[in-house]
Amino acid sequence: MSAVTVEATSAAIHVSALHKYFGENEVLKGIDFQVDAGQVVCVIGPSGSGKSTLLRCVNRLEEPTSGQILVEGIDITDPETDLDKVRARIGMVFQQFNLFPHMTVLQNLCIAQRTAKRRSKAEAVEVARANLAKVGLAEKESAYPAHLSGGQQQRVAIARALSMDPDMMLFDEPTSALDPELVGDVLAIMKQLAAEGMTMMVVTHEMGFAREVGDKLVFMDGGVIVEEGDPREVLADPKHDRTKAFLSKVL
Amino acid sequence: MYAILVVVVVFLAASVNWTKVHDNFWAPGLGGNWHDLILTGLKNTVIYTAIAFGLGLVLALALALLKLSPVAPYRWIATVYIEIFRGLPALVTILLMAFAVPIAFGWHVPGGTVGAGLLGLVLVAGAYMAETLRAGLQAVPKGQAEAARSLGMGPVATMAHVIIPQAFRVIIPPLTNEFVLLIKDTSLLSIVGATAGQRELTNVARDFLTSGPTAGTGTSLTQVAILYLVISLPLTRLVAWLEKRQQRAR
Ligand SMILES: Nc1ncnc2c1ncn2[C@@H]1O[C@H](COP(=O)(O)OP(=O)(O)OP(=O)(O)O)[C@@H](O)[C@H]1O
Ligand SMILES: [Mg+2]
Repeated sequence: MSAVTVEATSAAIHVSALHKYFGENEVLKGIDFQVDAGQVVCVIGPSGSGKSTLLRCVNRLEEPTSGQILVEGIDITDPETDLDKVRARIGMVFQQFNLFPHMTVLQNLCIAQRTAKRRSKAEAVEVARANLAKVGLAEKESAYPAHLSGGQQQRVAIARALSMDPDMMLFDEPTSALDPELVGDVLAIMKQLAAEGMTMMVVTHEMGFAREVGDKLVFMDGGVIVEEGDPREVLADPKHDRTKAFLSKVL
Repeated sequence: MYAILVVVVVFLAASVNWTKVHDNFWAPGLGGNWHDLILTGLKNTVIYTAIAFGLGLVLALALALLKLSPVAPYRWIATVYIEIFRGLPALVTILLMAFAVPIAFGWHVPGGTVGAGLLGLVLVAGAYMAETLRAGLQAVPKGQAEAARSLGMGPVATMAHVIIPQAFRVIIPPLTNEFVLLIKDTSLLSIVGATAGQRELTNVARDFLTSGPTAGTGTSLTQVAILYLVISLPLTRLVAWLEKRQQRAR
């Protein structure tokens, strides 16, 4: 392994000189940042600034054009890397939940455990039930996603990701598609995860969550990180004009 | 509107020479082994349809996956195949398989000319169903594959457990339709030579046009026509019902 790998092993996620083009359109213009183990990093920024793209590069749902991404010291941009293995250690929660509609809640939680982790049925079900209980939906295991509220679906999606025993979790605007009264339940679970020491990278518009739970706040605009730092400091006293302009609109 | 229809029907019925129709298309006394042969024909029609559909579906799935591949040459291969076999009349493909291929390549399909014709039918069915499957696979939202892959599921597991089961819900009505078309297309196999035990419905009926007690009348054809309708009409009704149910589910 190269020197940079050894140097960066303390970081859960280490991104350097990341560029991403969609055709001619440069969406990420040289991103450098890291998430330490156990840290909660919140990413904010205007629509189209590249937040989702950055998050999706971390588990290679998007292919970086250039640059390096190390996940627990493993270079995921290296073609030799077994992506499925790495992905199983990175939970991801989407804005649109993306539950499998043809499976019950329990099946949703078991399928990847069975196929990717090769767990026995009994073990998978046990893990699934424990995680369902954790998100407060133990009684919904035989329901189909269509019969759940948005908030419940998102909690199932979190439980599904947790059932793979991930080392870190990526959240892409997990509460943006929810009715306001359902947001709290999902945020409460995320808070609990953070308190348990889960490494988290959260794209969000919930400034309250960032302030209360975040260890670091990253403000992105136009494909670059404009400013980053302690969430309380950045939110109270932004250094950069673009950060100020953005925060004045959302706060 | 209906009044006009009734008048037309009555007029047609009155102008038809019913005795002649009866003698020609519903002659009594088919007798002999007609009953056994028609049952064999029916059985073969069902078997040929099932084979063409089953193998055609496997072929179609392979073609659909090729067509959705990120590798451009794979997509070209699938496109060329699909265009060729949808462009040729099924009858020509069947004849090519039965007569041209053995001459050109010195290779015989098991099952004689019927086996070869059936292979032709599989090739055609695969081409048609490939487009249906491709559309169904593409109808599954991208987020589904992304969720599966982000959980660490490999491409095969993602296809098998997440994408294909959802695609099939969309695909079942057009696929049933394809099945009905195939039932009827098996009649094209009557063009190639078949042993007595290999004949399907149309072939059996054709024999009885020139042999047996009803030779010279169209009776065998009428009866076979009714049999085809008995099989295919419930299925087309099923398709209509499935489509309606699916629209309601949206
Ligand atoms: N698959 C794609 N193909 C082409 N362009 C894309 C694709 N995905 C994203 N983009 C473009 O990349 C830019 C950044 O998109 P991205 O989704 O990362 O922004 P975002 O910060 O997450 O915005 P939002 O807050 O609206 O979710 C946008 O201009 C978008 O149009
Ligand atoms: Mg986004």
